[in-house]
Amino acid sequence: MINNLNILLPEIFLTLSIFSILMIGVFIKNSFNLIFNLTSLIILLTIAIILNGSNNIEKIFLESFTRDAFSNFFKILILISSLFVLNSSKNFILDNKLAKFEYPIIILLSILGMFFMVSSNDIILFYLGLELQSLSLYILASIDRDNLKSSESGIKYFVLSALSSGLLLYGCSLLYGFTGSTNFDLIANELGKENTGAVFAMVFILVGLAFKVSAVPFHMWTPDVYEGAPTSITSYFAVVPKVAGLAVLIKFMLIPFSKILMEWQTIIIFISIASMILGAVAAIGQKNVKRLLAYSSIGHIGYALAGVATGVISGYESAIVYISIYVVMNIGAFSCLYLLKKDGEYKENISDLSGISKKHPMLAISFLVILFSLAGIPPLGGFFAKFYVFTAVVEQKMYALAIIGLLTTVISAFYYLKIIKTIYFDDSVISFDVTKNKFAQLSIFISCSILLTFFLYPSVLNNVVVTLFLN
Amino acid sequence: MDFPILSTLIFLPLVSSLFIFISRGQKNNNSAIYISLFSSLATFILSLFVWYSMDYASADFQFLEEQSWINDFIKFKLGVDGISILFIVLTTLITPICIISCINSVKDRVKEFLIAILILETFMIGVFCSLDLVVFYLFFEAGLIPMFLIIGVWGGPRRVYSAFKFFLFTLLGSVLMLVAIIAIYWITGTTDVTQIYEIKIPKEYQNLLWLAFFSSFAVKMPMWPVHTWLPDAHVEAPTAGSVILAAILLKMAGYGFLRFSLPMFPLASEFFTPLIFTLSIIAIIYTSLVALMQEDMKKLIAYSSVAHMGYVTLGIFTFTKQGIEGSVFQMISHGLISAALFLCVGVVYDRLHSRMISTYGGLVNYLPKYSFLFIVFALAGLGLPGTSGFLGEFLVLTGTFQKNYLVAMLATFGVVLGAAYMLWLTKRVIFGVTKNDQIKNLKDVNKSEIIMLGILALLVIFFGFYPVPLMETLNVSVDNLINNYETAIQTNGLN
Repeated sequence: MINNLNILLPEIFLTLSIFSILMIGVFIKNSFNLIFNLTSLIILLTIAIILNGSNNIEKIFLESFTRDAFSNFFKILILISSLFVLNSSKNFILDNKLAKFEYPIIILLSILGMFFMVSSNDIILFYLGLELQSLSLYILASIDRDNLKSSESGIKYFVLSALSSGLLLYGCSLLYGFTGSTNFDLIANELGKENTGAVFAMVFILVGLAFKVSAVPFHMWTPDVYEGAPTSITSYFAVVPKVAGLAVLIKFMLIPFSKILMEWQTIIIFISIASMILGAVAAIGQKNVKRLLAYSSIGHIGYALAGVATGVISGYESAIVYISIYVVMNIGAFSCLYLLKKDGEYKENISDLSGISKKHPMLAISFLVILFSLAGIPPLGGFFAKFYVFTAVVEQKMYALAIIGLLTTVISAFYYLKIIKTIYFDDSVISFDVTKNKFAQLSIFISCSILLTFFLYPSVLNNVVVTLFLN
Repeated sequence: MDFPILSTLIFLPLVSSLFIFISRGQKNNNSAIYISLFSSLATFILSLFVWYSMDYASADFQFLEEQSWINDFIKFKLGVDGISILFIVLTTLITPICIISCINSVKDRVKEFLIAILILETFMIGVFCSLDLVVFYLFFEAGLIPMFLIIGVWGGPRRVYSAFKFFLFTLLGSVLMLVAIIAIYWITGTTDVTQIYEIKIPKEYQNLLWLAFFSSFAVKMPMWPVHTWLPDAHVEAPTAGSVILAAILLKMAGYGFLRFSLPMFPLASEFFTPLIFTLSIIAIIYTSLVALMQEDMKKLIAYSSVAHMGYVTLGIFTFTKQGIEGSVFQMISHGLISAALFLCVGVVYDRLHSRMISTYGGLVNYLPKYSFLFIVFALAGLGLPGTSGFLGEFLVLTGTFQKNYLVAMLATFGVVLGAAYMLWLTKRVIFGVTKNDQIKNLKDVNKSEIIMLGILALLVIFFGFYPVPLMETLNVSVDNLINNYETAIQTNGLN
């Protein structure tokens, strides 16, 4: 047992580091900067530990915890995206007086929760990880506690999320009741037989997961929380939990529910179509960039779910590629928001972007690249993400899903174009402060370069993702 | 082929646009103009070289380039044949002319304008070079981005509406094509066009796939009734934007029909011929009538473009040698003539900032050189023998007569109507009484304008008398196209 503990090494390291920096925070005053930098260091070290470890599939603790290529890939994706989200938002945090030392620590705790989510091979461990992540996110949503909107969004998120967690837990207990086990592999074996009760369990679990990735019809919290929470938290919400949520969803489809494909496929197709349509239509009227990105993220989850809905490995692969490119685009989009500072205040209305192409040409062109990529226009990265997903969907002869999906891209192109119109066609209103936010600029640069050059070697992500499903 | 000449052709404008982007001399835009002019001329010369060194006697694709691209199963494949090389040369010829035109007409954000034009050139050449459906789609769609910006940033008062209409119409048409492309991949196992020609798509799929491609090409062409974006886009776009739109972007659809719809879905093409004929006839007659009514010069030319494109679709779907050669010739000649007409409008628009026909009148007394050139292009536009406009229409009509008398008769009416609106336009703008005093102070065309319009006028007249260079290039490729089509029809799509 002790020999095998190195399987858990990233988690152990992360836990110990969290406790240590918590101590530092408690005993040293004004230690935000120190803790912030240490957090980045911890994230980097954890990446190094994961990369250094092996990708062979190994299970530990009565097979309740798995370490394999799949979980490692998602852990690294979570860490890298957190690193970028956190560092590009540092100036924002300082300017908005959110510089509490708990901030980065809670982020690390939620990362730890996600680690257990993606690695779990057992319902109980999965639920524990999910709750650790959720509890951290509740606090993060309301971290700006003197701000009415932030507190409101935290409460809203808490109430709705607690409800969905309850449903999820109910589903888990039903699943245990009908199959007699909490282990994913054993559940999969049990579900191979005729088992109507387990279908109920599956529905409840899917509801809980759909809530976590904010898919329609469980998306109601998303726009309010995105708008209410401080932008730095919103960008975290928009990126990292989605990755973990999708990973868990794929994992559930892959192991415990692999033998009741027909049942869950219908539900996912419905959720996917509903998300794509709502994400496209509801975003049109939005005036706040964050709210708009909330609806856009709902739509994007719809596309990723379309890949999952195929129920085959190539579909899951395409969903993973999709979410990876989605992460790149969203980090870029939110980093742009950190540069929209005027007299110490960060602007977040679309009308504030009016005519920035004249005074801030570089910012404008970055926005342009990211928005066209979000709209899925070739030759940018977002197009290839959609291309892979719809290739997988058409392979399974799900033509209706493909056609609805592609038609919604046209509708959603409309609101992305509206922002571009505001940036490029309208007259200049505000001249933003010249901010020295190096890291935000760096992440915009990296994000745009990836999106622009993706067409040169579009299989780079696929080659990695294919290896995740080899066993 | 060792040297990747087609990739060079495609990416040369893109690379030079990067140079313009880097050159930060904000004070004057001369360096940007020189870089873009130089690179677009270099691209032109390179494309002429490709044209010159091609083997016309062979119907195969030449200068092939293959690169593994998406997951080893979709290749980045380029190549040209007798049909596509003409469009490439047209593209590379029109681009430097547009760049010259923007010296006079674009005053604001010149550098960004040039970058957009050059990036657009890259995508346009890419469309005509690509031999893989996904590569084609990539370039075909990517062209929307720079064009959207060109209309929206440098356009007229209703630019936002027009830019959105242009973008969303085209995108909506194209997404169905994307589904069809992916479906073709799963049916045949490849998206390589030459392989699909060999494999032959089963009959039961052809009709749906053809319709999906048609939805995209019909919007782009544009065919009646989805042509409404074109007048708006033309009217609001800056001169160079209108020129590129009319001269090249519209040709992508005609090219698409020839390269994809006809050879890949021969049975469906046969099946849908009545549909195409009907829409083409409506386009020819109805939009000619609409053109008669226009008050706005650009709108008039835009509607005349729709009518001319009606001949193109008509010719393609006759499946006769005259018809198809006529269509290609018509596309090339329309590329030259409509470009020149839009430039002519641009010339007076730069001076008086009005596109209304009623503003002008009696220009011949004050701008003789301009009037001469305008009349040359107007006559070419109505298809006067001795200009390139005549040959295209004539060949298309000859082809159509072999297939269907009624359709050909109706199409011939279009020629009369074309003469009507063009001559009436000339009468109102060039001749007549000068009511507007400002016209008396106008300066005649300057050097750069003479260069652009002169080159186009020479080409229009040259090809009107001596179309051999174009026909020679086309000949074998078109023969091959028709042979394959007829074999497919005879064998009912079976191998």
